Order: sequence, then structure tokens, then C-alpha cells
Amino acid sequence: MRYLPLTPDDRAAMLNAVGAASIDDLFVDVPAEARLDGPIAGLPLHSPEMLVERELRRLAARNMAAGDHPFFLGAGAYRHHVPASVDHLIQRGEFLTSYTPYQPEIAQGTLQYLFEFQTQVARLFAMDVANASMYDGSTAMTEAIFMARRITKRAKTLVSAGVHPHYVRSARTLARFTGDRLEVGAPRPDAAPPADDHADLLARIDQETSAVVVQYPDAFGHVADLSELAAAAHAKGALLIVVVTEVVALGAIRAPGEMGADIVVGEGQSLGVGLQFGGPHLGLFAARERHVRQMPGRLCGETVDAEGRRGYVLTLSTREQHIRREKATSNICTNSGLMSLAFSIHLTLLGEKGLRHLAALNHARACQTADRLAAIAGVELLTPRFFNEFAIRIPVPARQALRDMAEMGVLGGVSAARLWPEVPGLANVLLVAATECVAPSDIDALARALTETLATEYAGA
Amino acid sequence: MSILGTPRPTTPATSAGPAAPTFSGNRALMLEEPLVFELGDSSTSGVDLEAVPAHASRLAELERSAPIGLPGLSEGETVRHYTRLSRQNYGIDLGLFPLGSCTMKHNPRLNEKLARLPGFADIHPLQPQDTVQGALELIHRLAHWLTTLTAMPAVAMAPKAGAHGELCGMLAIRAAHEARGDARQVVLVPESAHGTNPATAAFCGYAVESIPADARGRVDLAALAARLGPDVAAVMITNPNTCGLFEPDMRRIADAVHAAGGYVYCDGANFNAIVGRVRPGDLGVDAMHINLHKTFSTPHGGGGPGSGPVVFSAALAPFAPLPFVVEKDGRFHLVEEETADAEDHGRSFGRMAAFHGQMGMFVRALAYMMSHGADGLRQVAEDAVLNANYVLRGLADVMTAPFAASGPCMHEALFDDRFLEGTGVTTLDFAKALVDEGYHPMTMYFPLVVHGAMLVEPTETESKARLDAFIATMRDLAAAAKAGDVARFRAAPRFAPRARLDETRAARQPVLAWTPPRSPQSEAA
Repeated sequence: MRYLPLTPDDRAAMLNAVGAASIDDLFVDVPAEARLDGPIAGLPLHSPEMLVERELRRLAARNMAAGDHPFFLGAGAYRHHVPASVDHLIQRGEFLTSYTPYQPEIAQGTLQYLFEFQTQVARLFAMDVANASMYDGSTAMTEAIFMARRITKRAKTLVSAGVHPHYVRSARTLARFTGDRLEVGAPRPDAAPPADDHADLLARIDQETSAVVVQYPDAFGHVADLSELAAAAHAKGALLIVVVTEVVALGAIRAPGEMGADIVVGEGQSLGVGLQFGGPHLGLFAARERHVRQMPGRLCGETVDAEGRRGYVLTLSTREQHIRREKATSNICTNSGLMSLAFSIHLTLLGEKGLRHLAALNHARACQTADRLAAIAGVELLTPRFFNEFAIRIPVPARQALRDMAEMGVLGGVSAARLWPEVPGLANVLLVAATECVAPSDIDALARALTETLATEYAGA
Repeated sequence: MSILGTPRPTTPATSAGPAAPTFSGNRALMLEEPLVFELGDSSTSGVDLEAVPAHASRLAELERSAPIGLPGLSEGETVRHYTRLSRQNYGIDLGLFPLGSCTMKHNPRLNEKLARLPGFADIHPLQPQDTVQGALELIHRLAHWLTTLTAMPAVAMAPKAGAHGELCGMLAIRAAHEARGDARQVVLVPESAHGTNPATAAFCGYAVESIPADARGRVDLAALAARLGPDVAAVMITNPNTCGLFEPDMRRIADAVHAAGGYVYCDGANFNAIVGRVRPGDLGVDAMHINLHKTFSTPHGGGGPGSGPVVFSAALAPFAPLPFVVEKDGRFHLVEEETADAEDHGRSFGRMAAFHGQMGMFVRALAYMMSHGADGLRQVAEDAVLNANYVLRGLADVMTAPFAASGPCMHEALFDDRFLEGTGVTTLDFAKALVDEGYHPMTMYFPLVVHGAMLVEPTETESKARLDAFIATMRDLAAAAKAGDVARFRAAPRFAPRARLDETRAARQPVLAWTPPRSPQSEAA
């Protein structure tokens, strides 16, 4: 077997050296009733590299890859062009096959990029400090809610109706067991701008409120100023947690830190990582310096070595599970190391100039797409102010329209009812995202497919 | 060249430390590298983008006008920056990485190639299900491998890493108790457990109590049985345990826990020792996470991403999280909130994260499993255990192995620091001397039940020749320590990119982000 270097002769010699007559002697502690005589039944035997590749290529070919089609999905995962050098660099064995940098003298490569990553994330969000990453945006948001509770010693969290429903559900799952009380606004069937939602949050902030959680841009694509929410939360001793699921937006719109956010979490897959059918993605987590000791996750810090040279280490680990065990700030051990490297390389390639250009290009493509779709009879644009994603209402159920368009080779968006099945009235709402990957011809294709779908579905109805 | 600031006084290039006798601070192939913030500037970009077409902006006063402070580098300089950084790292590709309980085995490149096929990497998690049938089939097929290898009826694929898997398992246990109106409050965890176990149990709202180990390094069955009662929700056990030993009483422990109305959570971090040879379902386990980044060889990537699917017994399966994949009439369905009730999964404890799990890791793990097959995976466990015993017996006479007399170990060999007594050399010194010899050190000071622990996990992908060289090196170090060559250890590592780093300073005055150096004027002010 190509991954196993021991030869039969090696095994015999080694068994002899350890004083075992056979390999079974080394498994003597396994109770008799759990011993197996041979390979586990019901699974195939070993296979050559070429055949494994052939079989998995067959499975891969049964999926519609985004790059082969006009593609307009977002809703928490965005398709951006990743420069070729990103993937080349993250596959260097010294990055790919290294471990968490617990031996800093031989892990300065990882530690320095984490320090750079933390700085990049903090600047992107306009916050003081960021950690070395979390699993993904949704788990980062849950951790932010718990962090706010540790800081404020209050258990009530107000969650905006515009937060991605997967994120809300993930937080609810854990909140049931931790004693956190989540009050979540119900999305309105019209996916209306967040003014009412914000007004509702403002009215409900009180002395028991630990944090207010808002998404920016929100799950329908709306962008709105958060300064008033921040001020109102602070006036009652509560924190503002801002969730960003499309970080490229921050090359165009004001950063949450500039509007008074106390904790900013995000999904970083837009830069360097790709769609990946939802994982691995990259959780971003940033906070104010005064709260750093309540942050979850790994932190990389600068220090010096015994010879006075600058170097980096994982630090403040007295918050973490391997030291604090049941008193840790979180149970997290692994983070998204390699994804943070991909993110950091992509952002280094872009630089501020490139990020702003990329963001402007995204906004322009989305505006062109929205204008084009809004011109189709029966289509109503529901998001007046957006970055690269917006909601439209169509006269037929969005889920069926998406299937029809997929058959025409167009991946046209995400049905709001798939995300909010419990909210009546969203059946005809479609979320559409357009990034720099969308070519003018893709917009034509989407407009044609939607027009045709509406005609067909109307006729059928 | 930097508009964001000139290098700070501590940059390597300007340091005059004794280890940097050259003008540049470089030593031939060992190259120093400034931070990207010291190299780049915000007007440089290594990416060419299309011109922005004319459009009416919808952003109005929300446009970001203040500088962001993100430096860019040209493409060539970017490649060079990260390549130079990579050379300051140790990885499996460079040599033996015997980090106990982490299973640092060879990462096959076939898996990397396949995970990057656009049909897997470039698909969106919310595409219509008809357009991702191959991806759903892949998840379903991986689930079949995991349930078959463990003799457990169900598996949750959503958890993002081992600790996330623990959380998944413990939430299912809590949901199962609550479903029958049973408000149990206590979780028992052995002293030798990974720190994530007590942290997870506490996170789920449980009180955590320790159970002791016996003199042979195993869970003390009598002490455990005495503590069981109507308040104990679950026992979390690692098997093989963190001392590298199989728990021979596992079945009896499980029977006792079940008789008392509790569930058995097994930490599957050490599954590599028994994969293909022992099925946890045969031992009475109710839930176990499987670290795909350990046993199934998906790369650790400097600390993630991981992937931690959880296998469940029939008792816990109804409470498994959303979403998951089911097959019906040759078609694969993703069960989400929208369809959970209709698909008879209304008792699920809910969702743990956005989307459907670590697809990229699933592709790699399945490719690895298909390559090995059921026969090869059995050989994996056997070779991993043989290699660990070979190291244990090759070093037991010059180091001290607390449980060597009790029989063979599983996939890792545990040593303590009694052999260093009176030498002035600590476990940490010993590990750092190993760095100078070109190895990544073993796990140190874990498990906590052994003083000055050194946990060596060679894995099955090391050849006998590599192990012989490692054993010879370890023997030489042990002899040097005993001969009083303390200086060699205290100064170590002498040949790494950095000498020992001041962790106390890092924690006392945390510097967690780069800030521009203060100008001479502001320092004078």
C-alpha cells in the first residue's frame, strides 16, 4: 500500500524486537467480543490512485460547478476569483502539513502569518484586535454572544431579523443549554429595509440586554448605518455585535468599528477560500482591546526570543481549554489555520487599492444585475440600498423558478423560503448576488432565463 | 519603501544579536522576513482587475472613505513573502512529527488534487439539490464508511472539528435526557482526558467531576461505578486513552453507565490505533467524534481546518443535528429545517453551524479511505501500534515509561521525566534539544496524570529506518542529559529560526496587532 512504508520483513523484525509473536499480541487489551478476524465487511478493499481518482471525478461531474454557469448565489457564501498564487502557496508542505504552533521556534512561519492576519482583520473591521480565526462565521457569532454575556453578566441578546437564519439557528441550539436568552426579530414577508427592524431593536434595548446582534450587509442585502444602534446599546450598558458575511463589502462601505461596534464577527470565505459547498470556511472575530481577555479562540502575540530577536507565540492561552479545562472561555481547539492563510495571502495580493477596486466592481455588477432584473415585468426589487446582493419578489415561487433556471444552465440565486421556511410570504422572494465573477453576458443569461421561467410558470399556473 | 512606517527597532534585520553575524541578518538559506506591513503599501496591488463599469451607486453616505491600512505587494513579492515564511515552519513533509494524540501522518497529495476539482470546490451550499447530487452522494458514501467502521447506525457530518464534534455528541445526550424529562446535571471525565472534554461538558451546562486512573493508567472501574447514579448524564472516555492504552473494561464501563441511565461519550481522537480492527459500537459507545484530520489524514494546516463527524448509537440517532443526507430511490436529499418534520427528523437538536459540514475535508477523507480500503485501514492501525511499541521498547531502558510494565501500548508511547531526575534537564529542555536534532518534539506535559509527560506518536507512515534514526537520537539525548551536558539542553534550540521565545512577556504586555512605529518627534514629545 502506497502510504505504508513498512515491509513484511520490517514488521517481522519489529515484532521480534518488541517481544511479540504476532500483531495480535499488541491488541491483547481488546476484549474478545470486540475482536475482528479480518477486514470489516461491507467496505471495498484498497484501490490504486488512478481508480480512486476516476471514481471521485465521476461524482464531481454530477455537480453543476459555479464557474461553468452564470452564477448568482450568495446568502452567506460568495464566489470570488482567487488568484492562482494563493492556492499554490497554501499547498507548500511547511504550511499544509504543520500543526498548531505549540513549538514556536519551528513555527514562526505560521505565527507570523497569523499575526499579519489578525492585523489585517482588525483593520478591515476597524477594530483593535482580532483572533487567529474560528470555524466559520456562524460559530463565531455564537461565541460573540457568549463573550458579551461574560462581559456584561447579562443573558438577554436581541438579534436582528436581518441576521442569516443559519447563524441564528446555530446560536439558538447552544443558547438553549447555556442559559442565554435570544430574542430574534421575525423577518417581514416583504423583506423590507431594516429601518423598522432597527426601530424595534431600539425599543427593546433595556438594562437586562447583554448585546444587540445585527448583520451588515444584512441577509436580504440591505446596508444601513449602525451608529444609532451602537449608541443606544451603549447607553444601556449593552454591546453591539456586528456580523459580516461578505467581507469584500468592507472595501466599499464603512467598517463596523467606525460605527461603534464592540465585537465584529464574520465569514471570511470570500477572500482566498472559495465556495467549498459550505466548508471549510473561515470565522473572523474582532473586538476592542479592553475585552481581549474574554475573547474565544487562539491569539498570536509578538515577543522576543532569548537573543532579543522579534518573534511570535500563541498567547493568553490561560483562556483556553487545554489550560483551563472546564473553566475555559470556549471549548475550541482547532481553528481554520490554512483558510486564514489563504485569506491573508489574497488580501496581501489585493492591498487596500485592490480591495477597494474589487468592492467597486462587485457593487457595479450587482447594480447592473438589479437594474436589468427590475426591468422584467412582474419583478420587484426589494432592496434599495445594497452592496453586491439584493432581494427581488417574483410572481411565482422562487424555489421552482430556481429549478427551472438551473435546467436552462443558470444558477440564479437562493430562495428566501429555503432559509426562512417558518416565515410565511417569503415563497416568492429570491436573493440574488453578483460579484466580479459575473460577466455582462451572465446578466443577459439570467434575465433571459428568468423571463422565460416567469412566462412558463405563469402559463402553467 | 513603506508608507505605513519604517521597520521597528526590533526587526531582525537591524538586530545585532549574536545569532545574526551577517549584515543582513540572514544566514544563507535561513532568511529573515519582515512583516507585510513593513514591506507593502496601500497603493500597491498584485491583482489586475477589470475596469469598473458605469453604474449608479446605491451606497450614498455609507461609502468607506477613511484609510483602511491594508498594504499590498506585487504578485512576485507576495509569493516570495509567504515562501520565505513557510521555510520557518516544520511540517510532516520535512520529517518525523511524533506529536502524541495529534496523529501527524503523511497527507497524500491525491486528496488535495481531488478536493480541488471544481465539481467539489466550486459549488455553492445552497444550489438546488438536483445540481449537487454528486456532492450529496459523496457525503452519503463517507457516512457509510464511518458508520460501517464504527458499527454505529448514524453519523452527523456537520461538526467542524473534534471539539465541535464533542459538543455535538454532548448536545445529543442532553437532548435525549430532556426528551424523557430527565434533568441530569453531572458528567464524569477521567483525569487523563483532553482539556476539550471538560470544557465541552461545562459549555453544555453540566457540572464536571473527575474520575481517577488506576495504577495501570486505565479508568478506575470501581471508582467510576461507585459514582454512577441518577444525577450522572454521561461519562466521557477516550479510548485508546491519552496514556496510549486501550481501556480493557470499556464494555463493562458502558454497561454500568447504561444500567445507571447514562450515556457513554467516547473521544475518538485516538481512533487511528484501532481503525479497521475494533468497532466502538461493539464496546457500547453511544456517541463518538472522529477527527478526519487525524485518522483519515486530512492536513492539519497549521491548526485547522478540522472536521469532526459524530457517530451515534440508535438511542441518540434521533437527536442528531441538521442538516444531513438521506438516500431515497437513488436520489440524495439534504434534510434541512424546511423538510425536517416531513422526513421524520423532528427530534433533531437543531443546527450547529451554517451549511453542511467540511466538504473539502470529506473529499480528502473519502479518497484516503478508498485508497486504503477496509484491509488497508486495518493495516494502518496495526502499523501505527507496531511503530509505537517499537519506539517504546527502543527507549524504555534509557528513558522511563510509567506503564511499560503493564503490557503493550497502542499507537503512542508515553514516557515521564523520572529519567531526568537530578540532571537539571526538564521535559521542555529535552523537547527543545530534539528541535536542534531536526525533529518536531513529542507532546509535552500531557496527559496531566504523568509527571513531565512526553507522549510519542510516530504513526504508521514512518518507516523502520526513520524510527531507528529517531530512537538513536533520543538515546543520545538521554545519555547526554545523564552525562551532565546541561548546557546543550538549556541553550536549545540553538539552530532553529528563533531561540526560546519569551511567552511571559507576550502574555503580560499583549501585542496582538502591528502598529506603526512612533516617529522620533512623537517619542520626544
